[in-house]
Amino acid sequence: MTQASPTRSTSTNRLLAFLRDERFLQALSQIIFILIIGGVAYWLTQNLLAALARQGIRLGYGFLTETAGFDIGEMMIEYSRESLFARALQVGLLNTLLVCFWGIISSTIIGLVVGVARLSTNFIINRIAWVFIELMRNIPLLVLLVFLHGGIFLQLPRVREAIAIPGSIYLSNRGLTIPWFTLTPAFSIQVPELQGFNFSGGLTLSPEFSALLIGLSIYTGGFIAEIVRAGIQAISKGQTEAARALGFSWWQTLRLIILPQAMRVIIPPLTSQYLNLTKNSSLAVAIGYPDLLSISNTISNQTGRSIEMITIIMAIYLSLSLITSAILNWYNNKVRLVER
Amino acid sequence: MSEQIINQPIISCRDVHKWFGQFQALRGIDMDVQKGEVIVIFGPSGSGKSTFIRTINRLEEHQRGTIIIDGIELTHDVRNIERVRSETGMVFQQFNLFPHLTVMENITLAPMRVRKWKREQADEVGMQLLKRVGIPEQAYKYPGQLSGGQQQRVAIARALAMQPKIMLFDEPTSALDPEMIKEVLDVMIELARSGMTMMVVTHEMGFARAVAHKMYFFDQGQIVESGTPDEIFKSPKEDRTKLFLSQVLSH
Amino acid sequence: MTTATVDRKILPPPIERYTVLGWVYKNLFSTWYDALLTLGSATVLYLVFAPMIGWAFTTAKWEVINANLRLLMIGQYPPSELWRIWACLYIAAIILGVSWGMWVRGSGGVGIALIVAPFFFMLFPSLELNDRLNLGGIVIAALAGFFIGRARGKSLSRLTTLSWIVYFPLVIFLVRGLNEEKQFFGVIGSNFWGGLLLTFLLTVVGIVFSFPFGVLLALGRRSSLTFVKMFCIIFIEVIRGVPFITILFMSQLVLPLFLPAGLTLDRVIRAMAGVIIFSAAYLAENVRGGLQAIPKGQFEAAEALGLNGFQTTIYIILPQALRAVIPILVGQFISLFKDTSLVAIVGLYDLLGISRSLLAQPDFIGRQPEVYMFISAIYWMFSYVMSYISQRLEVRMGVGER
Repeated sequence: MTQASPTRSTSTNRLLAFLRDERFLQALSQIIFILIIGGVAYWLTQNLLAALARQGIRLGYGFLTETAGFDIGEMMIEYSRESLFARALQVGLLNTLLVCFWGIISSTIIGLVVGVARLSTNFIINRIAWVFIELMRNIPLLVLLVFLHGGIFLQLPRVREAIAIPGSIYLSNRGLTIPWFTLTPAFSIQVPELQGFNFSGGLTLSPEFSALLIGLSIYTGGFIAEIVRAGIQAISKGQTEAARALGFSWWQTLRLIILPQAMRVIIPPLTSQYLNLTKNSSLAVAIGYPDLLSISNTISNQTGRSIEMITIIMAIYLSLSLITSAILNWYNNKVRLVER
Repeated sequence: MSEQIINQPIISCRDVHKWFGQFQALRGIDMDVQKGEVIVIFGPSGSGKSTFIRTINRLEEHQRGTIIIDGIELTHDVRNIERVRSETGMVFQQFNLFPHLTVMENITLAPMRVRKWKREQADEVGMQLLKRVGIPEQAYKYPGQLSGGQQQRVAIARALAMQPKIMLFDEPTSALDPEMIKEVLDVMIELARSGMTMMVVTHEMGFARAVAHKMYFFDQGQIVESGTPDEIFKSPKEDRTKLFLSQVLSH
Repeated sequence: MTTATVDRKILPPPIERYTVLGWVYKNLFSTWYDALLTLGSATVLYLVFAPMIGWAFTTAKWEVINANLRLLMIGQYPPSELWRIWACLYIAAIILGVSWGMWVRGSGGVGIALIVAPFFFMLFPSLELNDRLNLGGIVIAALAGFFIGRARGKSLSRLTTLSWIVYFPLVIFLVRGLNEEKQFFGVIGSNFWGGLLLTFLLTVVGIVFSFPFGVLLALGRRSSLTFVKMFCIIFIEVIRGVPFITILFMSQLVLPLFLPAGLTLDRVIRAMAGVIIFSAAYLAENVRGGLQAIPKGQFEAAEALGLNGFQTTIYIILPQALRAVIPILVGQFISLFKDTSLVAIVGLYDLLGISRSLLAQPDFIGRQPEVYMFISAIYWMFSYVMSYISQRLEVRMGVGER
């Protein structure tokens, strides 16, 4: 009824109408939500401040300019005990980027090869790929890493009795030694040779780095293999049939017709695998590779500044995630099929 | 309800405007519908007819003008919106049945949750309605197991279960295969003859001729012409109306 | 005029007998490079695996596993209360058996094989008689469930689904116990949980508690109230953008600082908090996919009928969304099972953690290969079997149909 009930005055009616206005109610629920969250945040902050006061800690990032006082096993830039904590973090970040860079490349190669192998008509190749994929999908990465590091690399013999693999590759307790190139004085490829108690020439990757890189590569490679397989199978059979009818060989069909189209289907889930690899590299802390998380953990233990360090770490990893997904989104947009 | 003036329209729209961003979908609609009337709204796509019918039960919000349903004005007041919705029932082009519930559960959900009916009462009313629309034997099947025509009839029963005073139909047969249109129209005709106030957006001119009291031709957000079916079909006044009718009635 | 129909006898198809040689030729040596691949890979396989198998049967010292089997499986859980664990396993076996019999058509043979597999575990050298009997009992329970499921069919469907939902909280309840004082069914604190038991408990707690939390986040993310939406988006994206281990570190080191003075949580509980937060964020994203798949018309129909937002969500939206993402959620929980291994880094004694602490003991130094192979096998087995079961159940339940 549009007529106001006779027992209520108009102003009361207007107030009631206001209180029942849907826009008001929406705003009210937001305010209530903010108050609740704010209230909880306030209570948590109070507890935090009290706890910090009790333990005599004060928050601040100034400690980053203090001397580190610890050694780091491997580094890409100059570092010593006298360097600053901030410097130590940089070392860690570079180590993380190094293993992520090579990890992304090698896992993609492994993934492509195994994914295509999974579709092979050759029974052995097909089954090897299948076993590989099922192993990687069902064993936790950390267990794999720990196994590679503690169960394999640390059990390797001394340099003098190093295991040799064709191609001048050696496995010993110093790690993985491979031929490498030098740029000075001129570009040349060095083959490692045993001299005394060590290898000279070539590149020796520490057991920690080797275990981490190999572990990340084969683990992520397994998942990428599944993505590649699904991507290739998603391209309609008609494409394969048309190509074969035109006379292309199996390999040509794959290279020229199937893979380019499959790339579009493969790129998005591939992105998330690269992101996972970047995040998973943090497991280096479990096997002693001095990556970003390891070093920040050391700093945290030395200075007791766990809150500050955690915020720094989370911020850095978040940025890495965002940058990686931005790059890959850009690439994804570039290769999108232009449709009518 | 105490003294109600006879002949006060059950739906009353004055100067209703609606914008979607910059685009104006409704430009000053005036309409009165009396209790028990059957209104047919027709017109080309994009003319605002669906938008209009959806403002009646507040699925769309109008920015200017007044809409009064059974004496309740549609504003931002949630209580008014609630009351208007309880008096109107809607049938959609895509049926919108709940796929995870049986036919009977689809029909009894709202009465039990909104009107707080007991299960027995709801089931009884539900079964009556299913009989009324002609498919009592489908009561415990799932919507996915029914044909399009049957699903739409369930949708009608579901809307009727809330005992609305007004039934709104938004192109109810447009998504149906031709052989099923008749069964749904038959139900709608029976409903019209039983005295229900109905507002129907449709292209089915046979239906309009059979039961409509008044027809409205919408184009570009305005009512171009209105009249009884006789007037519209035999002597349309506007050129646009003539053009549209010739296109619709030719096939 | 009669049409002449040639009445041809319908012939059976020619019986192609594949000789072993024929199959080998077709699959391994059909072209020259195929042959090359076959020979090459066979050689590599031999070179890699022959030494490994040799090692496994000769120089490897498997006593480390025998000596520590109880520790690896259940940590420090008091032996007198073991009946609770067995009870959980029996119940799981029955429910699983019934589910399999009821919902999986076709190769019931594979099902029977899976169920009977524990029989082989009975042969494990270092088990006590009691344990062997219980393992056998579990197999019988599962088989019984299987046949019941086959016989009764769909009528038990609701009950079984309900049992699954109730099972997880029940496990937490049984393992943890009830009363502080009581002798019978007392509380067994979280510091006694270890080994594979702890791994499963972390997974179960993660599932049970992250579920409501995650669903709320997913709904909040789609809310029209900007502040709620922003809060949920930020929460979800931050948690998903950082490594899981940082969340575990955070819950171990930072969480206690946020609690009022005097309230201490032991390490296991803190780790569980981290697991729950992590799992909830991923669950929220998965449920969001299901929510997005619901056609707008469903919301409109509910609105038109007069259902309010809460009713619409509970009765119309969530049932459809959740049903659509069940396979994805199951996959997420299997991943959670594997991810719990990370608690070893923060010093908990789950399956991986207890292995590492085991290897530090003087008796077992250098036994890394044996121990790590063993736990790899355990993780692999449970993960693979769970994935397989979920695939078969999904096919049968016809998720996506209806």
